[in-house]
Amino acid sequence: MRHDRRNTIFGVHLALILLLFCAQFVIPPFHRTMVTRIMIFATYSMGYNVLLGYTGLMSLGHAMFFSSGMYATGLTVFYLGFGAPAAFMAGILASILMSALIGLIALRTTGVSFLIVTMMFSQAFYLASLHLNKITKGDEGFILSGHLRPLQLGGLEFAFSDPLVKFNLALMLFAASLLLSLWLIRSPIGRVLLGIRENEERTRLLGYNTFNYKLLSLIISGTLSGAAGSLYTLTFSYAGSSLASILYSIYPLLWTLLGGIGTTIGPIVGTAAMAYMVDISSGLTSSYLFVVGAMLVILIIWFPGGLVGGIRTRWLRWLP
Amino acid sequence: MAEVAPMTPLLQTEALSKRFGGLKAVLPVNLHLEQGEIRAIIGPNGAGKTTLVSMISGRINPTSGQVHFNGRDITKLRAWRRVALGVVYTFQITSIFRDLTVYENVALAAQRRLMRRALDRVVLRETILVDRVDAALAEVGLEHVVDDPAGLLPYGHQKLLEIAMALALRPKVLILDEPTQGLAPDEISALCQRIKEISQEVTILLIEHNMTVVLELATAITVMDKGAIIADGTPSEIEADDRVQEAYLGL
Amino acid sequence: MSFEGYLFLTLLEGIVTGFVLALTALGLSLVFGVMRIVNIAHGEFFMLGAVIAWYSSTLLGSYLVALLMAPLIVGGIAYLTDRLVLRRIDYKPESTIVATIGLLYILQQLVLTVYGPYARQVVTPFYFRIDFPWFGYSGYKLVIAGIATVLLIAIYFVMTRTTVGLYMRATQQDREMAQAFGVPVHRIYPFVFALGAGLAAIAGALVVPVQQAHYLMGLDALLLSFIVVVLGGLGSLKGTVVAAFLVGISDAVVSMFFSPTLAKIVATLLVALLLTFKTSGLFGDEEA
Repeated sequence: MRHDRRNTIFGVHLALILLLFCAQFVIPPFHRTMVTRIMIFATYSMGYNVLLGYTGLMSLGHAMFFSSGMYATGLTVFYLGFGAPAAFMAGILASILMSALIGLIALRTTGVSFLIVTMMFSQAFYLASLHLNKITKGDEGFILSGHLRPLQLGGLEFAFSDPLVKFNLALMLFAASLLLSLWLIRSPIGRVLLGIRENEERTRLLGYNTFNYKLLSLIISGTLSGAAGSLYTLTFSYAGSSLASILYSIYPLLWTLLGGIGTTIGPIVGTAAMAYMVDISSGLTSSYLFVVGAMLVILIIWFPGGLVGGIRTRWLRWLP
Repeated sequence: MAEVAPMTPLLQTEALSKRFGGLKAVLPVNLHLEQGEIRAIIGPNGAGKTTLVSMISGRINPTSGQVHFNGRDITKLRAWRRVALGVVYTFQITSIFRDLTVYENVALAAQRRLMRRALDRVVLRETILVDRVDAALAEVGLEHVVDDPAGLLPYGHQKLLEIAMALALRPKVLILDEPTQGLAPDEISALCQRIKEISQEVTILLIEHNMTVVLELATAITVMDKGAIIADGTPSEIEADDRVQEAYLGL
Repeated sequence: MSFEGYLFLTLLEGIVTGFVLALTALGLSLVFGVMRIVNIAHGEFFMLGAVIAWYSSTLLGSYLVALLMAPLIVGGIAYLTDRLVLRRIDYKPESTIVATIGLLYILQQLVLTVYGPYARQVVTPFYFRIDFPWFGYSGYKLVIAGIATVLLIAIYFVMTRTTVGLYMRATQQDREMAQAFGVPVHRIYPFVFALGAGLAAIAGALVVPVQQAHYLMGLDALLLSFIVVVLGGLGSLKGTVVAAFLVGISDAVVSMFFSPTLAKIVATLLVALLLTFKTSGLFGDEEA
């Protein structure tokens, strides 16, 4: 796209971030926690979207990236007494390594095979986390409060139990990820990824080493997912196997589909919509997973473009 | 008496062959392409023409033999590396990015040439890119559709887009695989004119069935049949060759 | 019990598992092969078969009726899924995966709501015991093997001797050619999908007397079926059956002598690596 709308686009994204920032002062505590949660999982979705929406590769194994961050951070705090910044770094490092390793193997396949391979690796990771339950405490998981020292910044102390601290940390991660995806999609690298999504052979014959680009995409995708996992542990003080199960690989797919694959603000829209839908429906029925299932079927048949995708096609063509 | 030193061909294949299981698609072939030529490869369907150029461009691996470009053995190089060296292939059946705009199609090609240094991959000066894209589109006459989705272009224009993308890559050797197929007569003559203009800077390897086009454009012709080269020479030599008449009925 | 005893017991268990797995995996393989889609909800068809068998035994008092009802009901559900969902998304591979994941959760949660979260058993319809030197073995398990054998042979006949079977094999080998020869490819699809589901359902119904029916039992069945299909090669009846026994026995051995979780970890990694490095890919005709 010609970059005439550059400023408007940037403005829209910035406005979203500012909106969220201001929200923390006006919304009631229950919703503040919801939004904190939403922002963290939206980062996870944005990570997922980099691989699916921009590069065209559907994975069912992202839970292993999310939980690499989660476990790296959780375990280093719980057993090694790391402070939050160091633990977060550990989480990032773990997700980079994990996504690079898995990418080198799994990216030799594509399409349905890629989907199954990523699903299998993730399942193996999940089972391993159960098997090693002496360390990971398996399904039960472990809690960090009491182990996590407050954040020290410039003489001020920020306790992780403080909901405002949680909210703002989540917001910072979300904002960074949003701006990163915006930049990525409009950069030369992003253009190559789109080319791979649209027609990989043609992109190859335009002189691009598509394997390397796919690997880069997977690493960015996995690292954003891991960062989300890492921050999840820090803010919600918990790490457990259930977050590594296949359900947590399906969630980002669902949220991204609902919000709009290949759009920048689709992920948070989808994550938020689903969160509130589940919240409302769990007042009516205890099987929110039914809602998940039904949503997937409805979306894939009638709204494959998702909410933001639909808006983009109909009204706002310039939305990235 | 001084000997004229033989000019090293820009591109040559040495005993290049391809077998698919039991099928011998291309028998060991020695093809020479001199710089500045427009060489046409002609022959009946199934002669192995597309297989041969696919091996040259790197799309498929040869069973045996070598490809040399600019004096360098590129046989082991993968397709994307060969493009960087200047060997560019355009598809017989157009393979463009249908859902992206014409601009984006050519931009993806043009930016490859601009992404030499690592930093360029991250930040690119948009104005240079725009200039390159506009230049490539101007060479084929597609400036007016720059913001249209590529998939909506009429077929003839899609073929032109393929060529624009190839040009944006600043090729040294441009391989055109049946560029006039599916075009209307007036489009064909316009394309011939453009190819002549392009050939002033670029060496062209052309697969064609349309003999009028071949005779108008080619400076050299190679004839293939059943996987082997059966004749090689100037247009007048080929026109007079009996074997060619025999193998390629309808000449 | 001595080591030989354990080993023999494990082998027997593995063989019985192999029979059940052969039926289930065959269903998945047929759908893969003919329709070119991955049905993530396949394990749920197995689970439904088991649950229906429980209802039939407990409420209607007859277990044998279950063996008829389960495949019919589950086949019907599959048929509806094909008409209402799969056809609408044009059998696109990735869309089908998303849709069948949705179906998985819908079926699972419906069963959870109606049947509940508990695992329940059914009394074996006929009880007799076969005495081996080390242990007594449930004769019913051998009946499972018997019934499964009959079914496998029946499928073989359908595939090789009937018109429908011919259509299915032709579509699997080369869809375009089959269509060119007048095979009603799109009308076979609901039938194949229903057949695949029915096979899984019968398998599920067969195991209920020896294994409890639980709303989550489909996931294991799915995983093992995947492994069998990847190992055995697509659409190959013999390959699937052989692989089913290999997997059944190895699963039994590793579970008995090491740990069940470890067995699953190894199995999952095996599928992933096989799929990555097996140059012919999932459908046997993809380029590496």
